[in-house]
Amino acid sequence: MANAIQLLADFGRNFTLSDIREQRVDLAFCKAPKEQAVRLIRELRDDAGYTHLVFLTNTDYIEQGIFTLTYMLHNYDARHTLGVHVDLDRNAAEMESIHNLWAQAATYQRELREMYGIRFPGSPRLDEDFCLEGWDQIPPMLKEFDTAAFSLERFHSREGRGSVDPSEHMKTLLYPTHSDEPSSGGS
Amino acid sequence: MDMQKYALGPLPNDGLSAEDRDLFSDARPVPYEPYPVAVVEKFVNWVRANSLWLLAFGTGCGAIELNPLMTARFDAYRMGVQMRPTPRQSSVFIIGGYASVKTLKRIIRSYEQMQGPKFVVCLGICPINGGMYWDSYNTLNKFDEYLPVDLYITGCMPRPEVLMAGVLELKKKIKEGRADGANRYIENFEWYKANQKRVIKDWNMPDYNW
Repeated sequence: MANAIQLLADFGRNFTLSDIREQRVDLAFCKAPKEQAVRLIRELRDDAGYTHLVFLTNTDYIEQGIFTLTYMLHNYDARHTLGVHVDLDRNAAEMESIHNLWAQAATYQRELREMYGIRFPGSPRLDEDFCLEGWDQIPPMLKEFDTAAFSLERFHSREGRGSVDPSEHMKTLLYPTHSDEPSSGGS
Repeated sequence: MDMQKYALGPLPNDGLSAEDRDLFSDARPVPYEPYPVAVVEKFVNWVRANSLWLLAFGTGCGAIELNPLMTARFDAYRMGVQMRPTPRQSSVFIIGGYASVKTLKRIIRSYEQMQGPKFVVCLGICPINGGMYWDSYNTLNKFDEYLPVDLYITGCMPRPEVLMAGVLELKKKIKEGRADGANRYIENFEWYKANQKRVIKDWNMPDYNW
């Protein structure tokens, strides 16, 4: 859809959009500031036909000290998907809730609160347990959370686990007599 | 059987609130005692082995392998296997793949509600050592620390053929009287409970789900 860029350019008059890029014919992305994002999403839903919230997810960029939320919206008439990225400060991660726009967003926000510790004030049942019950560590999807060390400490790994290099394993399996050394015998 | 060993008093049911505590039994489970006449016990085991009722509780991705097992192609009914919708009527619990901490809570609740004699079959590599999820924050690595296991079927995923071979193996074990997981659970009840409570941090159910 060629008008996606045009559409975002039109929206750019009222919003400070950046990083506008068209990934595929039917997929485009843009980045919006935190304060404007929910207003932008509301206008995309009400005026531009992006009526479907595909998903809401988060990426942890620990090196840059930010979280990047991705609101993925879909327009059924134009068969076009638009992703809106929003950067949050990693140390004070809080975002306006969109459960008033899509009721199911409350579930996504509950999950993001549990997995990353992002706050969405006003979102229903935000602090109830979602996937984890009785979790007593830092949120597990944060990059600084060491899942392997946690698993070893809490779940007692069973001894005897080994690993092999797949290419070496197949080599010995398929060509048991092969050697990488050049053969010593003359021609 | 030495009953003194199990006479440790009622279960504390610490996880329940004061008003809920009255609603649940605090009796300790007692181990199964075989019939005094060996030939009767052997006959009863033969009967048990030929009527395995599976709990239809898909606890992981391996549960998808149970469906073809019951349909026309593999048809486990001819071996006396059938699915039951409730733990009260089941005798075999198949742990279908990885078990997370959240699922373990439901598994314990269901397992303890099953009436003896009951058997646990672990399907796939995950309940054995965590499989590909060994370093996950939420997947148990040694399932036999939390519940007694009578039979392991390894693989990722095991095909229905392997599952059927496992059923036959389980039948063999039951006929020989070697599938004694339920008794091991009761005899080492404190150890199993301590392990379960070590990973389930919000223990809010009775200590034994009658």
